[in-house]
Amino acid sequence: MRSFTYERARTPADAAAAALRNPDTKFIAGGTNLLDLMKLEIETPAHLIDVNGLALDKIEPTSEGGLRIGALVRNTDLAADSRVRRDYGVLSRALLAGASGQLRNKATTAGNLLQRTRCPYFYDTNQPCNKRRPGSGCAAIGGFSRQHAVLGASEACIATHPSDMAVGMRALDATVETVRPDGATRTIPIAEFYRLPGDTPHIETTLQPGELITAVTLPKPVGGRQVYRKVRDRASYAFALVSVAAIVQRDGTGRVALGGVAHKPWRVEAAEAAMPRGAKAVAAQLLADAKPTRENTFKLSLAERTLGAVLTEAKG
Amino acid sequence: MKFESPATTNPIDQLRIVGKPVSRIDGPLKATGTAPYAYERHDVVANQAYGYVVGSAIAKGRIAGMDLSHAKAAPGVLAIVTADNAGKLDKGRLNTAKLLGGPEIQHYHQAIAVVVAETFEQARAAAQLIRVDYVREQGAFDLASLLDKAKPNPITGGPGDTAVGDFAAAFAAAPVRLDARYSTPDEAHAMMEPHATIAAWEGDKLTLWTSNQMIAWNKAEMATTLGIPKENVRLDSPFIGGGFGGKLFPRADALLAALGARAAKRPVKVALQRPLMFNNTTHRPATIQRIRIGATRDGKITAIGHESWSGDLPGGKADGAVSQTRLLYAGTHRMTATRLATLDLAEGNAMRAPGEATGMMALEIAVDEMAEKLGIDPIEFRILNDTQVDPEKPERPFSQRQLVECLRTGAERFGWNKRNPQPGRVRDGRWLVGIGAAAAFRNNLLTKSAARVRLDKSGVVTVETDMTDIGTGSYTIIAQTAAEMMGVPLENVKVRLGDSAFPVSAGSGGQWGGNNSTAGVYAACVKLREMIAQKLGFNSAEAEFVDGAVRAGNRSVPLMQAAADGGISAEDEIEYGDIAKKYQQSTFGAHFVEVGVDAATAEIRVRRMLAVCAAGRILNPKTARSQVIGAMTMGVGAALMEELVVDKRAGFFVNHDLAGYEVPVHADIPHQEMFFLDETDPMSSPMKAKGVAELGICGVAAAVANAVYNATGVRVRDYPITLDKLLEQMPDVG
Repeated sequence: MRSFTYERARTPADAAAAALRNPDTKFIAGGTNLLDLMKLEIETPAHLIDVNGLALDKIEPTSEGGLRIGALVRNTDLAADSRVRRDYGVLSRALLAGASGQLRNKATTAGNLLQRTRCPYFYDTNQPCNKRRPGSGCAAIGGFSRQHAVLGASEACIATHPSDMAVGMRALDATVETVRPDGATRTIPIAEFYRLPGDTPHIETTLQPGELITAVTLPKPVGGRQVYRKVRDRASYAFALVSVAAIVQRDGTGRVALGGVAHKPWRVEAAEAAMPRGAKAVAAQLLADAKPTRENTFKLSLAERTLGAVLTEAKG
Repeated sequence: MKFESPATTNPIDQLRIVGKPVSRIDGPLKATGTAPYAYERHDVVANQAYGYVVGSAIAKGRIAGMDLSHAKAAPGVLAIVTADNAGKLDKGRLNTAKLLGGPEIQHYHQAIAVVVAETFEQARAAAQLIRVDYVREQGAFDLASLLDKAKPNPITGGPGDTAVGDFAAAFAAAPVRLDARYSTPDEAHAMMEPHATIAAWEGDKLTLWTSNQMIAWNKAEMATTLGIPKENVRLDSPFIGGGFGGKLFPRADALLAALGARAAKRPVKVALQRPLMFNNTTHRPATIQRIRIGATRDGKITAIGHESWSGDLPGGKADGAVSQTRLLYAGTHRMTATRLATLDLAEGNAMRAPGEATGMMALEIAVDEMAEKLGIDPIEFRILNDTQVDPEKPERPFSQRQLVECLRTGAERFGWNKRNPQPGRVRDGRWLVGIGAAAAFRNNLLTKSAARVRLDKSGVVTVETDMTDIGTGSYTIIAQTAAEMMGVPLENVKVRLGDSAFPVSAGSGGQWGGNNSTAGVYAACVKLREMIAQKLGFNSAEAEFVDGAVRAGNRSVPLMQAAADGGISAEDEIEYGDIAKKYQQSTFGAHFVEVGVDAATAEIRVRRMLAVCAAGRILNPKTARSQVIGAMTMGVGAALMEELVVDKRAGFFVNHDLAGYEVPVHADIPHQEMFFLDETDPMSSPMKAKGVAELGICGVAAAVANAVYNATGVRVRDYPITLDKLLEQMPDVG
């Protein structure tokens, strides 16, 4: 771990301004991912801004009939919130499918969105990784890639985003609220929040330098049967091979998003028109541009089959 | 005490304390976090500094140069030791690769430096400032591509190849034949406690507070490596947070702590960082196995052949996967063969039931496949081919062999008769359900073991031996043995383990620790009883030691009276004659597993498990049960998820942390039962006990594999059985 300076922010706008003033700054909240990465010198921030003291830990109704989730709401609290459980079941289920009880107690909403990939080559500083050291190459391409992306990957990076929560939020059309160093706020639809790796896989979101997430807003409940299905080799405490977040209405219409297949939660709105025709029809469009490696080709049939099981469950 | 003929009745047979399900006596220490594990022994020596290990970034080649300047200048740094400045080091006898590499690099993450600093964080930060120039060389990393180049090699405890009768002709002539290839991956011990050591020098004498299964071996190995007399090395390892064979030999933590302490001129502690453990230490090597079985149409095996390929560093060891096939089933014509390829991956070595575990993973699928070909129930097929003698040396009977009883008892308890022999036919909601079984089989090894027993004037009996407790329950069974022998309550026995100043024991490994170490304590107690009897004026042959007294006829004297003038102690060891040559000593069991396989995703989840074991006298059913269910859990890991994935380009295990190397979590193991058959084995020792800890893992993975086949009709012969290997053959999703 490199030495770093540390400050506690007093307001979100102060935090964002301070982040812009200090080069190589990271915000720290739960620290469940960042501290591990700093110990391994995968992340080497020169300055940490602790945002835990900001009053961003409430879940409040919005005037549009939705919910505003403060950036610092812990994953455990969010999953257990009665409004979330009642109206946004896919989010609660996605949260509980992730990590472990101890981690969820500590991990925050914004931190979960911003967690880094679990690609083993990203974690080994002896190996080339364009995400960790831009321009060094990608060891996962041609290497151990069973867990890696089958959609939206590039010649520079085939990593996946590991979050379950983000997949549920993508299905719910959440928006990310931020404050910028100049104090201005903006909202970013979650569909526009994550970037595909392209040739800059180290830039993972559309956040601007210094910009701080303050909340995630869920729109008015959409009802329907809400399912989150995470497929993995062991029953708990493992990242998804494939996950499916689905919201299915009585008439068979609805939404689906996939996790474990791309650099971001994968949703293709156009594919959802095919939902009443069944999983194969949806999967054909969702996975249309898939480019799997030899080791993760199975994810295509796994995604289709899991989607089939989820749609059957949602009908039942 | 020399054990040369079968045990007769002795004080252990009273079973007042031995054989009872006593809770482990060290339990409160562990439950309260006060058991002294190596890295946390802050009190043993003052002024401890911290070492952080640097691992090689390449698998094979050499170091052209190291720039230590930035690291040396970093805050808090006291010393940096590399091969350049470590002084002359020899390699111990038990490790294949050097513990401190450079300039030659033998495997990825081989230690090349230790940075010593005032704090752990300073040592880590400085270690990350070391710059190394490497010259890479091409290495060999792909076992499957080297099968033709692999050479014959012996296995631990025996030859690599054996042949009886005419296997080739008998196999060719057999009306029903199986010829199948199986593979098992590299596996990691992945124990909770990393390798950890605190080292301190006093002049030229070295003390290592460490975590190690075999104290005497490691005392000798450290002396050899450092080039100092054995008597100048002391090891102390009273508590060990898991080892599974990964702590049989000294590792880089011990050597680098010693070198770091010498360089920094103060005590140094080193724990191997978790991401280093998978490539820096030893692992269970991958195997590729071919099994051929020929049988008559009514199911009698006429020919059985087992070949195994594994790889290791030059000068390394072959996995003994074929060993159990030599003994488990009858059949006149037989062959086994072991081939070893040279690989430049980290060192392959012992891991829980080395050889037996990998071999049984393949053999017990093969037997299931053969039973299906024959149209015979797989339990009945095993029973039909039972043998009560060593099939390679029929003049040599098993001392005890209750395999058939284990299979029958297990079948009844598990509800085997409800199994549908047609695969893929049982459905429970979204789950395809299947049941599988396998034999469990592990040999019992005899090795000498010594102990010292002292009675003090307060009536407390203290046992000292360098035996270790790796979570197994050694403290408890040793206390039970001494209490039984000396006729005192359990709470009057103190057990001190793991110190090289104590008499040399069997140590913990190869499931030999329990029987041999307690037999050593038995021997010392017999001697102490004689001394006490004599002192108190009893004829030692007639004296009984019960309820804190020595009795014979009408005379009874309080035991503590023998120590009234300051204590009385005896030391002895158990040594074995050729009894193991005349009788094959083994432990047996049967594993039963029910799995559910998700019809859509092919996720495999174990629903329930049962093991029935016959393993001699069970000294403590509670700690023995813990051993077996732990081993069953490890078997589930081997079956379903554990695999060190080799990057065949760069030559290393990629998933080198506990997020990437998956072992079962609680949610994977919902329901386990285990049951011991009554057995005493007078050939094994005066304790009449045998090993049990490794029996539990042998065969489990195959029982899981057979259950998956029964559930789905998909036969997977390459472990681990992950959903991607089933998916294409699963039924369509509606």
